[in-house]
Amino acid sequence: MSVDTMPFSRALNAGMRRAMQSDDHVLMMGEDIGRLGGVFRVTEGLQAEFGDRRVLDTPLAESGIVGTAIGLAMAGFRPVCEIQFDGFVFPAFDQITTQLAKLTNRHEGRMPFPVVIRIPYGGHIGAVEHHQESPEAYFTHTAGLRVVSPSTPNDAYWMIQDAIASPDPIVFLEPKSRYWAKGEVDLAARALPLHASRVVRRGTDVTLVGHGAMVTVLLQAAALAESEGISCEVVDVRSLSPVDYGPIVDSVRRTGRMVYGQEAPGFTSLGSEIAATVTEQAFFSLEAPVLRVSGFDVPFPAAKLEGAYLPDADRILEAVDRALAY
Amino acid sequence: MTDEADHDPALVRVLAADGTFDPSPEAERYLPMIEAITDAELETFYRDMVTVRAFDRQATNLQRQGQLALWPPSFGQEAAQVGSARAARPQDHLFPSYREHVVCTIRGVDPIDIIRLMRGLTHGGWDPTDPKNGNAHIYTLVLGSQTLHATGYGMGMVLDGRTGTGDPERDEAVIVYYGDGASSQGDVHEAMVFANSYNTPQVFFLQNNHWAISVPVSTQSRVPLVRRAAGYGMPSVRVDGNDVLASYAVSRLALDEARSGQGPRAIEALTYRMGAHTTSDDPTKYRTSDEEAFWAQRDPIARMRRYLEGRGAAGAFFDDVDAAAAAYADDVRVRTNELGGLDPAGMFAHVYTDPHPLVEQQRQWLADYEASFEEGRA
Ligand SMILES: Cc1ncc(C[n+]2csc(CCOP(=O)(O)OP(=O)(O)O)c2C)c(N)n1
Repeated sequence: MSVDTMPFSRALNAGMRRAMQSDDHVLMMGEDIGRLGGVFRVTEGLQAEFGDRRVLDTPLAESGIVGTAIGLAMAGFRPVCEIQFDGFVFPAFDQITTQLAKLTNRHEGRMPFPVVIRIPYGGHIGAVEHHQESPEAYFTHTAGLRVVSPSTPNDAYWMIQDAIASPDPIVFLEPKSRYWAKGEVDLAARALPLHASRVVRRGTDVTLVGHGAMVTVLLQAAALAESEGISCEVVDVRSLSPVDYGPIVDSVRRTGRMVYGQEAPGFTSLGSEIAATVTEQAFFSLEAPVLRVSGFDVPFPAAKLEGAYLPDADRILEAVDRALAY
Repeated sequence: MTDEADHDPALVRVLAADGTFDPSPEAERYLPMIEAITDAELETFYRDMVTVRAFDRQATNLQRQGQLALWPPSFGQEAAQVGSARAARPQDHLFPSYREHVVCTIRGVDPIDIIRLMRGLTHGGWDPTDPKNGNAHIYTLVLGSQTLHATGYGMGMVLDGRTGTGDPERDEAVIVYYGDGASSQGDVHEAMVFANSYNTPQVFFLQNNHWAISVPVSTQSRVPLVRRAAGYGMPSVRVDGNDVLASYAVSRLALDEARSGQGPRAIEALTYRMGAHTTSDDPTKYRTSDEEAFWAQRDPIARMRRYLEGRGAAGAFFDDVDAAAAAYADDVRVRTNELGGLDPAGMFAHVYTDPHPLVEQQRQWLADYEASFEEGRA
């Protein structure tokens, strides 16, 4: 049977295992990823299977992890780095943005840098400070990087393999609140290419767009809206750079309305970028301005306040009502 | 020159400042290696240093004449660079910072490729994977970053069994260059941690030229930088970086040891940047002419010349070296003037390996935009 039901984290694990089996120059590196299998257990069992020369428990140094991964890529490896949590990527930010992102260009394409940076990101898990953030805009703003975020186990399984196979550096954002969510994984057939966005629910009145864990919230909102007689289409962006605008713009042309949902603060965010582009491309179909529902422009609050910070289905529906009121 | 950092640890030195052969006690273990250097090699070291100084002066002039955006002179640091680069074997990988002009040219990089970078025509300039460039990697301007790249590369050598096999003809190593200012960067620390944890075949080659732009080395460290290596479990040695023979010998041994599986090594080469930091800098604002005179007396080229003269080298040899260096520098000038402009579409090339729709769109937009002026004219 090629379709299996498994949690998101197991799907990632299975995808990475398959990538390691098919190419012996695929390496895993990060803090606690070997014996422990990572703090989220995403790499569980890989060191036992592939040994400690291919699954490296590195010293506790994020710039070191990414910087040496760059050297390993120069030497012909395909390193997959795990950053333990979103808030701890910044010591490696310099190596990611000034080095990794630019080295293909600086080598005039003569040396590939197939490095994947996996980052568990986002809220909804009630964690303490620096453990719930959404840093995607820092990376989407950087030319030379590709940024993707799966929201389902099936996408997790395939997108991690595609990311590892890509010749370009990829920031791979894992919505950590989804790690335990189960879903079907088709082990035989890839649903979509890495950089495609996907309509996950059909509807006719408003297009809801988002990425990562927010897709689940958008689907909840769409279900609630349906009970009030409002039909929402939901699009999962999947690839944050490059964005595949086709399905988003097609949808907006049909519905005439769009709401973007994201956990990240709204100012200069992915939602802002997509809103602007959809406005340019679908201006004459729009019945209302494209609206954004975001986290607030404050530091991610203490966990007991995350419910007030993170957009939930009600906040999405409030925006849907505003869009329909135009 | 009287910094605390200059005191204390013993220095490997073979040639006294006046060029006499007068090894320091620490040089003892290197003497067999020095004695094995052939006359032809000695002449090559000298020729390398004179050639890069002529090139460096030419490039500085080209910058003054508006031909280059910037030039970081290597004036004064020739011996540390030539000694270490000549010590590397062909299979070794070299990771420079941005001042190691002769390190690159010794490996085969065309000096015009360095010029193209400083002229603003490219952000790289050469292909480290092309055998003609001798595994010399491209410059890195973000201080210290390359120490991690070199370490990762060394980790790859270990994983692929390209080193420590016991066959010195095949075993590979990496050598990475950085400065006293860069030694304060976290990346250098992380590189040393990783290098020691993974036993990389690696030499950390620190050129302490005493100044990070205007900041003296005493602000980077209260202890001699050579001592830091011990904290990572790495043997280290301090060498007179203005003595090409000593620089060669310590690098040679450190690379051999690293290659044979004994793990990373650190070298602090004490030298001096005799010129400006870059052509944008004014060293008279922060250092004294006494200090400059002190170091001028320790000039690496004059020292080696007196040593060779002492061994009986003929005046004709020096004349020949000078003439060849002048011709080399002239050739750089001619070829710099011949460098053409660039197609703006080039900025869209190689941002990614796979096509990226946003970049493609913008490339097309710029092409259409530029074509619209042509149409208007027609
Ligand atoms: C991370 C970083 N910070 C600042 C600079 C600007 N900068 C360029 S060279 C330099 C001084 C470097 O001194 P040192 O490492 O001793 O090398 P040297 O130039 O003397 O060879 C500075 C501050 C830089 N290139 N990178």
